[in-house]
Amino acid sequence: MDKQAADSGQTFRYDATASPDACLQLSGRLDVHAVERVWSPLRRRARELAEGTQAAVTLDVGDLEYCDGAGAALLHALERDIERAGRQVELVGVQGLVEEQLTPYRELETVEPARHETRGGLLAQSLEAVSRVGQAAYSQFGFIGELTRALGSAVLNPRQVRWGDTFRVAEAAGFQALPIVSLIAFLLGVILAFQSAIAMRQFGGEIFVANLVAVSLFRELGPLMMAILLAGRSGAAFAAEIGTMKVNEEVNALKTMGLDPVRFLVLPKVLAGILVAPLLALYANMIGLLGAAVVMQGFGIPWTAFFNQVTVALDLSDLFTGLFKALIFGLLIAGVGCLRGLQTASGAAAVGISTTSAVVTSIILIVVFDGLFAVLFYHMGV
Amino acid sequence: MASAEPVIKVRDLTMGFGDFVLMRDLNFDVQRGEIFVILGGSGSGKSTLLKHMIGLYTPQNGHIWVAGADITTAEGKAREAILRRVGVMYQMGALFGSMTLLENVRLPLEVHTDLPREAMDAIARARLQLVGLGEFADFMPSEISGGMQKRAAIARAMVLDPEVLFLDEPSAGLDPITSAELDQLILRLARSLDMTIVIVSHELASIFAIADRVIMLDKESKGIVAEGNPATLRDTSDHPWVQRFLQRADSADSEERST
Repeated sequence: MDKQAADSGQTFRYDATASPDACLQLSGRLDVHAVERVWSPLRRRARELAEGTQAAVTLDVGDLEYCDGAGAALLHALERDIERAGRQVELVGVQGLVEEQLTPYRELETVEPARHETRGGLLAQSLEAVSRVGQAAYSQFGFIGELTRALGSAVLNPRQVRWGDTFRVAEAAGFQALPIVSLIAFLLGVILAFQSAIAMRQFGGEIFVANLVAVSLFRELGPLMMAILLAGRSGAAFAAEIGTMKVNEEVNALKTMGLDPVRFLVLPKVLAGILVAPLLALYANMIGLLGAAVVMQGFGIPWTAFFNQVTVALDLSDLFTGLFKALIFGLLIAGVGCLRGLQTASGAAAVGISTTSAVVTSIILIVVFDGLFAVLFYHMGV
Repeated sequence: MASAEPVIKVRDLTMGFGDFVLMRDLNFDVQRGEIFVILGGSGSGKSTLLKHMIGLYTPQNGHIWVAGADITTAEGKAREAILRRVGVMYQMGALFGSMTLLENVRLPLEVHTDLPREAMDAIARARLQLVGLGEFADFMPSEISGGMQKRAAIARAMVLDPEVLFLDEPSAGLDPITSAELDQLILRLARSLDMTIVIVSHELASIFAIADRVIMLDKESKGIVAEGNPATLRDTSDHPWVQRFLQRADSADSEERST
């Protein structure tokens, strides 16, 4: 047998005779390739036959060598086409494989789709949506409470903290972030210095670029850029890690072993976040200054002059407000990442949703808190 | 004669990872239309062997012919042509969680055929009905039970009427009644739709119920220790490990009957 021809459905034939009796005779191998070829023309032919006769239409499948699921779909569609044209169908020669393949199609005619859980009307759905928001807020407050309690007991009793995990996370979130933080901070310093130097040069005040860059980096941009990088790198990682554990029921396993997921999983990550964020911000500040200093070489300001000016411009309060902000950002990022991880629903897509939501929420909170701190520090006069 | 030719031929297959050899010089055939079970203890490489047979892993040595073509060397179009003729059900079902059952089952049709949408829907629905899930076509995988997910996965694996259907642990994690129903389904597919079915399993009750032939992999000797009909092997094999493996099955079997 020519396998190639058999495989591509070339042996399938159909003959339609309109008189004396309307008859559609199928033969050969009715597989998916044949069905692809004849689906529309054969159904059109069947309808024509049905319309051209007053009696029943005979569908003869006795000479079919083979029929697969697609073939059965076609046979069933032909029957339905003829019936819809108002004629009876006489199916002749159904045996063995054809019959087996046709069975599910026949059964399906009487199958009623099972009902999903009933959804109420618009009002019920709106109420449900509102209650979901309420529940989400409730669970977030609950999480904040548990986290505060865990942090408090960590301060009172540091021995119960899982320091091994904490330092492992700190290494991943902090030390391993150094290359990317270096790159971003250096370029940030370069860009700031360039932009301000161009303006300052018009007044002959290139040296004040040092004041500008130093203050904006230490108070604002260093912590902010560090926080955004931390959210993208580590906040997302926390959410994905805890989310996957949630999906794999590892979180449930912890609970049944009597271990509190917040203390066991969240606390090390939050402590690591609090620990590395100020360090990273400090590092970003230094590298940013370096970038600015390199640019200022091109504007004729020597290294010593630049750094002298920086020490004059900077106050200790600039440094510490920046580092304090970084610490709060670290807490927010790690907390939100873990919260989103714990809120993960089931399924692979849910982990992706949590991760996205962790990064987006973190960045929103970072910007909001940054604004709050700006107002707060202004009124405190620091 | 096409029918005398085995559907799967495995020759001198050595598999492993890196320097580690899992199984050495495996040779066996799977005949057309039979239910062939790969048996073995945990960690003996049953699932790994299956993954070699569907071309997911490359063997360290040897060849595997599936439906007449060598899957260990086939690339590109040739490989696609082989894979189109086999269906695989993975251990956990591996249904796509973001699609309904109907969409899951329809996916292979969309990828491999030019059928009109209406025809694809009809075929997919019929396959779901064949595995007893006709009424759940519009459900998401997360809305149905584990046993139903496995049946839906079988429907997806066989929607293109493959010559060979590979099932990785079809009854693992199912209760005895559900797994007996699954056995009936597998028998029906093999007998009435004329499919060759290769199963990786260690559920002994179901092996005695459905297997035409088994091979038993042994971790220690890194090879096949027994091959043949499971009942015959139980009665005639003098290999102590095979005896222990199958006797336990027998006692489990009779316990089930007596309770």
